[in-house]
Amino acid sequence: MEHYTMNLNLKVWRQKNATAKGGFENYSVSNISSEMSFLEMFDVLNEKLIAEGKEPIAFDHDCREGICGMCSMYINGKPHGPWQATTTCQLHMRAFKDGDTIVVEPWRANAFPVVKDLAVDRGAFDRIIQAGGFVSVNTGNAVDGNALPIEKDKADAAFYAAACIGCGACVAACKNSSAMLFLSAKVSHLALLPQGGPERRSRVVNMVAQMDKEGFGSCTNTGACEATCPKEISISNIARLNQEYLAASLVSE
Amino acid sequence: MLDAKIPSGPLDQKWTQYKGHCKLVNPANKRKLEVIVVGTGLAGASAAAALGELGYKVKAFCFQDSPRRAHSIAAQGGINAAKNYQNDGDSVYRLFYDTIKGGDYRAREANVHRLAEVSANIIDQCVAQGVPFAREYGGLLSNRSFGGTQVQRTFYAAGQTGQQLLIGAYQALERQVALGNVKMYTRHEMLDIVMIDGKTRGIIARDLKNGKLERHFGHAVLLCSGGYGNVFYLSTNAMGSNVTAAWKAHKKGAYFGNPCFTQIHPTCIPVSGDHQSKLTLMSESLRNDGRIWVPKKAGDTRKPNDIPEEERDYYLERRYPAFGNLVPRDVASRAAKERCDAGYGVGSSRQAVFLDYAAAIERYGKIEAGKKGLDNASSDEIIKMGKEVVKAKYGNLFDMYEKITGENPYEVPMRIYPAVHYTMGGLWVDYELMTTVPGLYALGEANFSDHGANRLGASALMQGLADGYFVIPYTIGNYLSEEIRTNAISTDHEAFVAAEKTVQERIEKLMQIKGSQSVESFHKRLGKIMWDKCGMGRNAAGLKTAISEIQALKKEFWSDVRIPGDINEMNPELDKAGRVADFIELGELMCIDALQREESCGGHFREEHQTPDGEAERHDESYMYVANWELKADSTWQLHKEPLIYDEVKPSQRSYK
Ligand SMILES: Cc1cc2nc3c(=O)[nH]c(=O)nc-3n(C[C@H](O)[C@H](O)[C@H](O)COP(=O)(O)OP(=O)(O)OC[C@H]3O[C@@H](n4cnc5c(N)ncnc54)[C@H](O)[C@@H]3O)c2cc1C
Ligand code: SF4
Ligand code: FES
Repeated sequence: MEHYTMNLNLKVWRQKNATAKGGFENYSVSNISSEMSFLEMFDVLNEKLIAEGKEPIAFDHDCREGICGMCSMYINGKPHGPWQATTTCQLHMRAFKDGDTIVVEPWRANAFPVVKDLAVDRGAFDRIIQAGGFVSVNTGNAVDGNALPIEKDKADAAFYAAACIGCGACVAACKNSSAMLFLSAKVSHLALLPQGGPERRSRVVNMVAQMDKEGFGSCTNTGACEATCPKEISISNIARLNQEYLAASLVSE
Repeated sequence: MLDAKIPSGPLDQKWTQYKGHCKLVNPANKRKLEVIVVGTGLAGASAAAALGELGYKVKAFCFQDSPRRAHSIAAQGGINAAKNYQNDGDSVYRLFYDTIKGGDYRAREANVHRLAEVSANIIDQCVAQGVPFAREYGGLLSNRSFGGTQVQRTFYAAGQTGQQLLIGAYQALERQVALGNVKMYTRHEMLDIVMIDGKTRGIIARDLKNGKLERHFGHAVLLCSGGYGNVFYLSTNAMGSNVTAAWKAHKKGAYFGNPCFTQIHPTCIPVSGDHQSKLTLMSESLRNDGRIWVPKKAGDTRKPNDIPEEERDYYLERRYPAFGNLVPRDVASRAAKERCDAGYGVGSSRQAVFLDYAAAIERYGKIEAGKKGLDNASSDEIIKMGKEVVKAKYGNLFDMYEKITGENPYEVPMRIYPAVHYTMGGLWVDYELMTTVPGLYALGEANFSDHGANRLGASALMQGLADGYFVIPYTIGNYLSEEIRTNAISTDHEAFVAAEKTVQERIEKLMQIKGSQSVESFHKRLGKIMWDKCGMGRNAAGLKTAISEIQALKKEFWSDVRIPGDINEMNPELDKAGRVADFIELGELMCIDALQREESCGGHFREEHQTPDGEAERHDESYMYVANWELKADSTWQLHKEPLIYDEVKPSQRSYK
């Protein structure tokens, strides 16, 4: 792999707190190595700002391995930037070239208010899980792990749905700010497993109700969520969610 | 004298006996008892959920924006359990024995045996929660092998076992939040313990969104705040992982056990430059199928695929024929360092070795061809089929490698090098997981308890969930049963006021320094001292230098650090400054501990103490103890030893040959 260095212009959203009015600021960074991660480039910028006596840019991140779901930058009009199936923290600078201008914004959705600069509040996702995204089994109640065989295909499909990292990129990508991909991933994960069976109906109804309450928009099947999801959560989960929901509402009527 | 409160009786009866005799709290009283849980990783989320289920009033804290993002999420490889589903000779005793031996005989027998006993319940519990473990075609759970063992007892969910287990625990936790049994505080950082009449009665926490300090009362406090590997700056830990919670407890009197015991993981992506902010682990499971080698000729700069088979040195297979590439982590890491130091390292930095999948791809390809009855498959076809098998097993890890390095590991061997990964040391706890401070507990990686001087792969997840789901629910009752007459104490109590004031003053002091160097630059310098002198190889001279360098760094930090922004707003630099200040103090203690331990054991390698063929040399006569440090004054500690008594296992020189 050939490595190179580059100089870049950055247009970054700055916002002091949830109520302040935000706006873009321009910055430039030089000598950025193509081997750096995108967030390491931000580290360089922040160190520069600190040295200049300015305030560094607040952004969320923790694992920097693409698994915790904390990082959340809207880069050049795409959540998590230009690479497929990649979180912001795993995006590397070889995606860019010398002289590029990069625009960085926070997730934009009413249900995700800005906390500061590029950090947003995704507590709505936790509350959707609280509404039913679990199996009601107290500690110590379990039978032997192998007592109930599960078809490998189903177990694998449940796993792929459970791979959602709760980052919120699907919401940020959607023009309606819908949380359907996130929600459908959780509903699918649990609906595909026998353990999730007993609460299948109440779960989907309660979780959908909570989603609506949080102010997420409705789904118009644009597919933007699937295209942007760093964990490649399939839009077929939304179809499953709709079936689950329909089945549940038929029964409850 | 430290009392570990180990129950009497035969080893395999202790936990049963304990559970049969510990005191209980009746349901009506549980509702009046408040428990604070700091941390929502596997240990904290499982503890908070389990205690909520029991009916205690729980408050849980984490510094991320959601409990689901705790560092446990990053665990890749798997979780051990003595299920013996593979019928390959596993048992509770063998898991216990492997863990004690893997820890190089520096762990407590009774705790480790209990861990092995409850391991099977963990898998059952997680399956019941809907954790999608890998399964075989028959629908039953799948297992793989991990370093340091000869049985297949590791359960996994592709390369993201930690994420799936944590989501299980997180969902159980959120269920308790919905039921009103747990109150969750995200983006909060615990900054002090509040003590009243010698007992832990609460915490001071800071709301990281607006900088406000808060007082929280609890009849007991559980620290589940994870490990402190980031003292080395570069590690596989998440960026926010820190020692602050444990360190504040240490300052309030909790002894710190074996602080120098650090695990350096052998298979990480090597450092690529000065900009590096963290290191990425390549799961140990890759050593199941990959072969590790360096060129036989020092300084060989040929491309790996141009180096013929007979000119490659598969040094682990050569040195350790019985375990080969599956030797424990400490052994594998040191062997890699030995080769690189001797000039055989590869890649542009020469600080790397190859992890090669070519042989595995061919082997799997042939198996597939056999299954499909393709006797005349061409080698291209075999390789294609082999790649598919490898992709199914390790695809996400290979993708991650490619994203970071830009190289395709299906075609070119991966480059790996050891990196700091886990800290076996931590707050000293007794059998009940209580620290030396009454009412203050430590669970998960934050305590020192189960892994001795070296942790086996897939055992940290097991320990975190064992502590949270199956141990603390019993042991905390033994303490809280005595507290049922203690009414909730008002947070206007002078002890709360005083603790908040101390925290406030420290924050103000940090902000007032207004120096010229960033927090990050101090952290980097600390990391370099630690890695060079208290890392994979340690010696007396180096450790002494490190101690004086750290003391100087501390002075410089407190006189020249620059923290931008204000106190009363979201200010990640200020958060980080507090953590780095604590890391600096911890670094000093780690070096003191490493200096005191005049032997090599597990991950602690004192260069003065090695066998003629370069293996770690323990000195059981003098060092068969847990080194516990009590803070006496600034930079002054007193050592308290907990002797380790082996009734069941006979310590021997570990051999993986
Ligand atoms: C890359 C990687 C891969 C790994 N793979 C494996 C594996 O395959 N198998 C295995 O067994 N182990 C593995 N480990 C080790 C294992 O993941 C950890 O040891 C374990 O998850 C630690 O869990 P924990 O609950 O103790 O702490 P953590 O998961 O680290 O959680 C700490 C919690 O404490 C909170 N916290 C910390 N300080 C404060 C504070 N002051 N105030 C408030 N909250 C605070 C955090 O917000 C977080 O919620 C791996 C580790 C790494 C780094
Ligand atoms: S569905 Fe994908 S984009 Fe949406 S939260 Fe989950 S991982 Fe993120
Ligand atoms: S920082 Fe964890 S997913 Fe990006």
